[in-house]
Amino acid sequence: MSRAFTPKVITANRLLEGDAVWLTEDDRWSPDMAQAELIDDEAHAQIRLLHAQGQPDVVVGPYLVDAKPGDDGPLPTHFREAFRTRGPSNYAHGKQAEV
Amino acid sequence: MYVYNDFDEKFVRERTAQFRGQVARRIDGSLTEDEFKPLRLMNGLYLQLHAYMLRVAIPYGTLSSTQMDQLAYLAETYDKGYGHFTTRQNIQYNWPKLADVPDMLDALADVGMHAIQTSGNTIRNVTADHFAGAAADEIEDPRPVAELLRQWSTDHPEFQFLPRKFKIAITGSPNDRAVTRAHDIGLRMVRNDAGEPGFEVIVGGGLGRTPMVGKVLRDFLPKADLLPYVEAIVSVYNLLGRRDNKYKARIKITVHENGLDKIRELVDAKFEQIKAGFAGFDQQLLAQIEQHFAAPAFKQASTAGFEAAKAANPAFRSWSDTNLTAHKADGYAIVSVSIKKQGATPGDATADQMRVLAQLARDYGHDELRISHEQNVILPHVHKSDLPAVYAALREADLATANIGLISDIIACPGMDYCALATARSIPVAQEIATRFDELKLEHEIGPLKIKISGCINACGHHHVGHIGILGLDRAGVENYQITLGGDGTEDAVVGERAGPGFAYDEIVPAIERIVLAYLELRASDEETFLQAYRRVGMAPFKAALYPAQEDKANAA
Ligand code: SF4
Repeated sequence: MSRAFTPKVITANRLLEGDAVWLTEDDRWSPDMAQAELIDDEAHAQIRLLHAQGQPDVVVGPYLVDAKPGDDGPLPTHFREAFRTRGPSNYAHGKQAEV
Repeated sequence: MYVYNDFDEKFVRERTAQFRGQVARRIDGSLTEDEFKPLRLMNGLYLQLHAYMLRVAIPYGTLSSTQMDQLAYLAETYDKGYGHFTTRQNIQYNWPKLADVPDMLDALADVGMHAIQTSGNTIRNVTADHFAGAAADEIEDPRPVAELLRQWSTDHPEFQFLPRKFKIAITGSPNDRAVTRAHDIGLRMVRNDAGEPGFEVIVGGGLGRTPMVGKVLRDFLPKADLLPYVEAIVSVYNLLGRRDNKYKARIKITVHENGLDKIRELVDAKFEQIKAGFAGFDQQLLAQIEQHFAAPAFKQASTAGFEAAKAANPAFRSWSDTNLTAHKADGYAIVSVSIKKQGATPGDATADQMRVLAQLARDYGHDELRISHEQNVILPHVHKSDLPAVYAALREADLATANIGLISDIIACPGMDYCALATARSIPVAQEIATRFDELKLEHEIGPLKIKISGCINACGHHHVGHIGILGLDRAGVENYQITLGGDGTEDAVVGERAGPGFAYDEIVPAIERIVLAYLELRASDEETFLQAYRRVGMAPFKAALYPAQEDKANAA
């Protein structure tokens, strides 16, 4: 039994910086999740994941993760992914400090 | 203090140079991540949620002022101005860049420190009583033995690929401040009937997914037999430990599945076989190491000024009551510096704070510092006549919080604010509990109470042995916190009992408040601590306070 495919984005950490990044439609790695490509199709998701995995000199550990459409672009659905878009909650460090 | 000899120095420098080459090859693409990951982990480098993290060992929690200054330098140069002290007496840097890590390791090697074996299925940093060498109740300073174990285990060819990670803790005092019963091997110094010092050897303790209190493998091991005996235990485990299932690979499961008697039989046989091979070499080495740990030249001075300052200054008196511990030398005290001002992140110290502490160690502390598994910094040897000056300097640096052992002295692991394995946050829960009880002005009335928080089942925050333990979980995509009560990490170690269904993020602080208020209501006297009260009355009244009017509504689990 296969479950219905839910929309996803591809995310990873950058090799040099270690920060969280998302794969965009035009093949960039963006530190802003809103710029990520929201993938609705399972076969396309696998192709994009292979593409991401083919860049070990740029990113580490790419994976597909659930996301939902938002006004400005894809949004996280799980709190872990939400934290990755912001940074830690005890200091204004990481992305929340950079934007 | 132990100072690296030529061999240690050469080994650490070589490893750093190798790692520099490995990082360069990773960056230029000649190493894949699959190839590189085990290499970086061997050097303490993790990849976390927002960045890399470098974990540096502070062997048996001991630092000199020079080393502390260097940790401050790293915090400032390669991190965001702070470092995080952990329950395993390590310091973690949360924001290094990959290309900088070899320089960080070189800077550590400059002061005789490294990040080797802070990861992987090896023998990890040997932890010790943070009052070692100073405590009034101590039989002997356990750190020479800890250093012997460090040298023996570092790069030990047989023990680089154990079934799972392996943690050893040691205390030289019968009062266990090193949680020895929650380690793979715990060593607790005791005396035999003849009054000779030796070790109670505890094996198979551990927290995590399957918490277990360690069992006594030997109630008295002569000191001279220690190294071959520990090697015998690790050898037996190396062969017998399960490699088919990561969750069953720790020695606690090996002991559980094979039985203590079988393990004892195998260890004794192995010990007999290898003992002769040590040929006293370990004892010669230990004798050399012991010279590095000679007690400082304690001074003689009047303590009248200390008593007068206590009488004159209530804040100083309050701090003295909570943050000082009895020292073995006349006129001295052990100072625990809380780096957990209410609302601060447990275990974090800024570079400036580290420098102040290093300077205090130089000026008043015989150049010694310790990091406790409870994530505070210790000045182990301060003469009482210097305490008013030390206190004034700590106040100046915002480090004079009088809360050691109290409700805001919380252990919290990094949790989902940093850790890639986390299932929920732990730091903000600790911050909010500490802030709440500070607002209520109840902290001192509540008295000794240990709250420990972990952000996942791995239990780095020791929640199972907290008087109140909090475990953060992911329940259907929402943070959920499970409470355990009655845990204890001392020589009478007990794993806490689950109170019932968990609480959502915004319910956990009020839940803790209900437990504590219930305790204040039901305690027999002001002297009865939370743990004593819990042992007397059991879970029921706390459950009633936690789940008012909905005790049977089990759906929240
Ligand atoms: S207990 Fe879990 S969340 Fe906390 S530091 Fe350990 S692995 Fe990370």
